Amino acid sequence: MEDNSSVQHVILVLSGKGGVGKSTVSVQLALGLREKGFKVGLLDVDLCGPSVPHLLGLEGSSVHRCPEGWVPVYADKEQKLAVMSIGFLLADKNESVIWRGPKKTSMIKTFLQDVHWQELDYLIIDTPPGTSDEHITVVENLANICDGAVLVTTPQLVAIEDVKKECNFCLRTGIAILGIVENMSGYVCPNCKECSNVFSSGGGKSLAELSNYPFLGAVPIDPRVNGGNRSESIMKSMPSTPAGQAYDQILTRLLQSIEENVQRKKNGMEVSN
Amino acid sequence: MEEKPSDAPEHCPGTQSDNAGKASACAGCPNQTICASGAPRGPDPSVELVRARMSGVRSKLFVLSGKGGVGKSTFSNLLARSLASRFPDKNVALLDIDICGPSQPRMMGALNEQVHQSGSGWCPVYVEENLALMSIGFLLGSSDDAVIWRGPRKNNMIRQFLSEVDWGDSLDFMVLDTPPGTSDEHLSAASYLVSKTPGEDDGARAILVTSPSEVAIADVRREATFCKRVGLKVVGVVENMAAFVCPHCKVTSEIFPRDRGGGEKLSEEMELPFLGSVPLDPVLARACDEGQDVLSTMADSPTLAAISAIVDRILSAV
Repeated sequence: MEDNSSVQHVILVLSGKGGVGKSTVSVQLALGLREKGFKVGLLDVDLCGPSVPHLLGLEGSSVHRCPEGWVPVYADKEQKLAVMSIGFLLADKNESVIWRGPKKTSMIKTFLQDVHWQELDYLIIDTPPGTSDEHITVVENLANICDGAVLVTTPQLVAIEDVKKECNFCLRTGIAILGIVENMSGYVCPNCKECSNVFSSGGGKSLAELSNYPFLGAVPIDPRVNGGNRSESIMKSMPSTPAGQAYDQILTRLLQSIEENVQRKKNGMEVSN
Repeated sequence: MEEKPSDAPEHCPGTQSDNAGKASACAGCPNQTICASGAPRGPDPSVELVRARMSGVRSKLFVLSGKGGVGKSTFSNLLARSLASRFPDKNVALLDIDICGPSQPRMMGALNEQVHQSGSGWCPVYVEENLALMSIGFLLGSSDDAVIWRGPRKNNMIRQFLSEVDWGDSLDFMVLDTPPGTSDEHLSAASYLVSKTPGEDDGARAILVTSPSEVAIADVRREATFCKRVGLKVVGVVENMAAFVCPHCKVTSEIFPRDRGGGEKLSEEMELPFLGSVPLDPVLARACDEGQDVLSTMADSPTLAAISAIVDRILSAV
């Protein structure tokens, strides 16, 4: 990033598998951090399937140019949550981005270099599934200033398997793993309140234990997380629901994990000095 | 389509461009003279090779979805298994072109199988007598290995899957399970399998899978645009994970609410046939994950009845 000096923390949200809730988790973390009073940026590098504009109710917004670069879209009046996604650059919702790797790479480089975020406490980067062009590009460009990655998974075996691949990706590229979130862990029947494990459960937790990464929390399926009010996090709008509590815990643990990671890096530097 | 090698200089104009070898970025590139000569601008020779190899395959069914986690792999798996069990004397192949996150080895219960190289190419894994499976999962040392590849390397892998796998004498159906998105994997498979000659029937068809939520529908809309752009005919839309029947009280509820009409509305809007809606059955999903042949072990599940009706509709359309 050109003017990255003003960005304090960069957090990647990763998952090998699609549809596990990377975008939802990214959006909830961004909203939650904003509600704690931080200035937050949210960058959506999923070029073929950008979901962040929809999840924040920002469809139809567009980005402008200023002398310093692109002005991101602000999700609130106080301009504390800045959002950038390719969705803002597409003319209509049917339009698809049919690009091979190199073109995607140059688009992401533009996002990383030319967006004028101003001062940010946290920049959250939402990624597409997989371990390919988008990920390699982000990591190549941000490896030095990235705090680490949050891995999102659902409890089924297929998803866990893909997330293990993503762990391996982080290891090989030197990205710290800040923690694992297990999403879609159980569904509470609205009729009888019985919680059934639609996609089984506990997979994320046991993966975290096995691989010795922090487990940030398990979020049950709640259709309300992405419905209704899109300018507030579920932690604020429905603090007493299991999903709201789960996100609250995840955010607290994530901030701890970032802090520990910063300390570790500092200590490492002192040792090497 | 602009083609750039993965290790090209920053502002490479692309090997097919008029400026190839002449732009300022080309100075010092080892391929500058080849590009500047402009000689071999012909079409990719491997396209013809793959096409010849695949011409005997009557139906190539792409299972597509812009969104991840909507059940492409589960649906491809059940589609391939249903085709194989309905037509015991026909050959079915399932090709998993999800390079970064292959799920088929697990879903077919073939996790620890390996493919072997023979004189006629790679020998796929036979799950049933008439059901062959190929996936990058079989080529990895461990299932945790990450495939950290950029596009061109993935394309190469897909070309090899199509041209160098020994699928046997006659293949009647090939089901392609794809990764989410509209990028390298999709473009490559389409460029090899979709005929550019108007009027010629290449046997390539797409089935779009979606979940009822608005985010998934938005991505599937983009996928439909992709199909139009590359000339891939769409059989129809399958709505997956539509309803959830609580195993405790048997009341149906919507896990992924149909904000705006779901799959049916989408197919209307895009003028595509609606193939059917598949309810979510957690027990079945888990059995699929474990690689069971659910067609025989859980034959009475309503989810499988829905799948069976969809397969009927697909068969009458191809």
